[in-house]
Amino acid sequence: MQGYLVKRLIEMIPTLFGITMISFFIIHLAPGKPTDILADFNPKITPEAREKIEKMYNLDKPIIVQYVLWLKKIVKFDFGESFSSDRRPVMQKIWDKKQPLLDRRLFITFMLNSISMIVILIIAIPIGVTSATHQNSFYDKISTTAVFIGFAIPSFWLALLLMMLFSINLGWLPISGLKSMNYDSLQLLGKIWDRISHIILPVFIMSFTGLAGDSRYMRSSMLEVIGQDYVTVARAKGLSEKIVIYKHALRNALLPLITLLGLSIPGLIGGSVILETIFGIPGMGQLLFMSVMTRDYPMVMGILTISAMLTLLGNLLADIGYMFADPRIRAK
Amino acid sequence: MDHDNLRRLFWKRFSKNRLAVAGGVIVLTLFCFAALAPVISPYNRNDIDRKHILEPPSIKHPLGTDDLGRDVLSRMIWGARISLAVGFVAVGLSTFIGIILGALSGYYGRWTESIIMRFIDIMLTIPTFFLILAVIAFIGSSIWNIMIVIGLTSWMGVARLVRAEFLSLKEREYVLAAKALGASDFQIIFKHLMINSMAPVLVSAVLGVAGAVLIESALSFLGIGIQPPTPSWGNILTLGKDNIEIAWWLSVFPGLAILVTVLGYNLLGEGIRDSIDPRLWETERR
Repeated sequence: MQGYLVKRLIEMIPTLFGITMISFFIIHLAPGKPTDILADFNPKITPEAREKIEKMYNLDKPIIVQYVLWLKKIVKFDFGESFSSDRRPVMQKIWDKKQPLLDRRLFITFMLNSISMIVILIIAIPIGVTSATHQNSFYDKISTTAVFIGFAIPSFWLALLLMMLFSINLGWLPISGLKSMNYDSLQLLGKIWDRISHIILPVFIMSFTGLAGDSRYMRSSMLEVIGQDYVTVARAKGLSEKIVIYKHALRNALLPLITLLGLSIPGLIGGSVILETIFGIPGMGQLLFMSVMTRDYPMVMGILTISAMLTLLGNLLADIGYMFADPRIRAK
Repeated sequence: MDHDNLRRLFWKRFSKNRLAVAGGVIVLTLFCFAALAPVISPYNRNDIDRKHILEPPSIKHPLGTDDLGRDVLSRMIWGARISLAVGFVAVGLSTFIGIILGALSGYYGRWTESIIMRFIDIMLTIPTFFLILAVIAFIGSSIWNIMIVIGLTSWMGVARLVRAEFLSLKEREYVLAAKALGASDFQIIFKHLMINSMAPVLVSAVLGVAGAVLIESALSFLGIGIQPPTPSWGNILTLGKDNIEIAWWLSVFPGLAILVTVLGYNLLGEGIRDSIDPRLWETERR
């Protein structure tokens, strides 16, 4: 088991290198130097100041040297300074230690994604199981149709429609942001409800669009397990259908879902750009969008690299989870 | 079974599948809209009419007008063209890259396979939408750039698929026979293996168009995709967001168009898959 873990960790190293390489070379796709962008924002920049920045980012050296120097810095999680007017370090903008945990960008994105993932699991598993045990029934057909729509519906459109209904027409939910203007004057319960009411719509949308894939997967995984010999054996022993399904079949059908969870992380993180931008949620996705619009190179590179590393970490955790869940792998 | 028989069986299964036929009809209708855009759109898509801005749907303007008084229906018909073009070029590119890399890794194995599979792992680790945003930010957002970037970031599935097909096909007798007869690697890959692994690739390409349409509309919605005045469903939705409190029609109709389009490609793709899956034929013959 330890051997397997070590092997997985070693396999991650070339992937990490590849990720940093891709993030690094993307910015060299741009015509002109990154400093040109900086100069665009601040036309009064002197040639001397420009030279200083070029030195700082080592733009005067060959590209390979630049890459190695950049790599040396990011090992220490130093992604340089943002090009935006506040000139704060990239890492500080993503994970501001001076702010409470709940207001740090990376944490906000992480929290939204985690809550959605939990909601997806809670709903997708029973839907998938019931569709599988009642294959081709009316219920199965309804859920299959819902899955097709869930796959096809653009998240930003759903967001607009729900905003129109709940925030504008009914006025039940706030239209954007993560907390109200009067947040600090609220009592504890009021604060909690304020936070919840702000994330209901984004979490609902993330869950609805993510639900489709997972419940479909659960259904096919369950169908496969139900056809196995040991399920027939369990039935032949005279066990009740409930125990056969939920104790013998479900446990085995859940295994592949762990891997799927790991694989769905990049999609969820990617989707957070759209939802955070629409709902004005100050998370990492919104920060990336703003950085892209202002061509803030160090920010974009930093967010790209960090999000890929988080995905890698998520995949590793999924593997470890699989290992704990599946005695067959543990034995190896 | 000979080829004609296979084709007949395919059509028999396909035409029985009501959802698949519906998907086909949706896709065909879209093609017609896109092809006939100049003929059927009631107004010029870029005609500004300052006297009739943000008008709700009426007989004159069935889907209303936008903030410059342009006819939304006409803009949406032309938008079908954009979405079709982006979908097909992007998927053409990703399928091409996927086939080549998948074939190389499946056929040659060893270090070629290790390198390509590692590269696929890396690409799958970076959140695709982040990557697309970053690249578009740096190279600019022309329609060609969007097509190319979507293509370059969505080939991994096809590559894996083709590799798996090649791995199972290359040990078959007919391939070994071709090898024994002195066929070159090139001939074996393109004449014998490729043709026999095309069915799943076709399915994944049709499903891929749906994905590309969604990505393009998301990019355009965020303002970094197709740039106005060129109409796209995504950038009409941006206007819908800006006027969300007063003009529901700018949000509802373009989104519905995206939904129906993506649904169409998905149903068609799944329908084709079910109709060509040989395992399903087995059960039918029994």
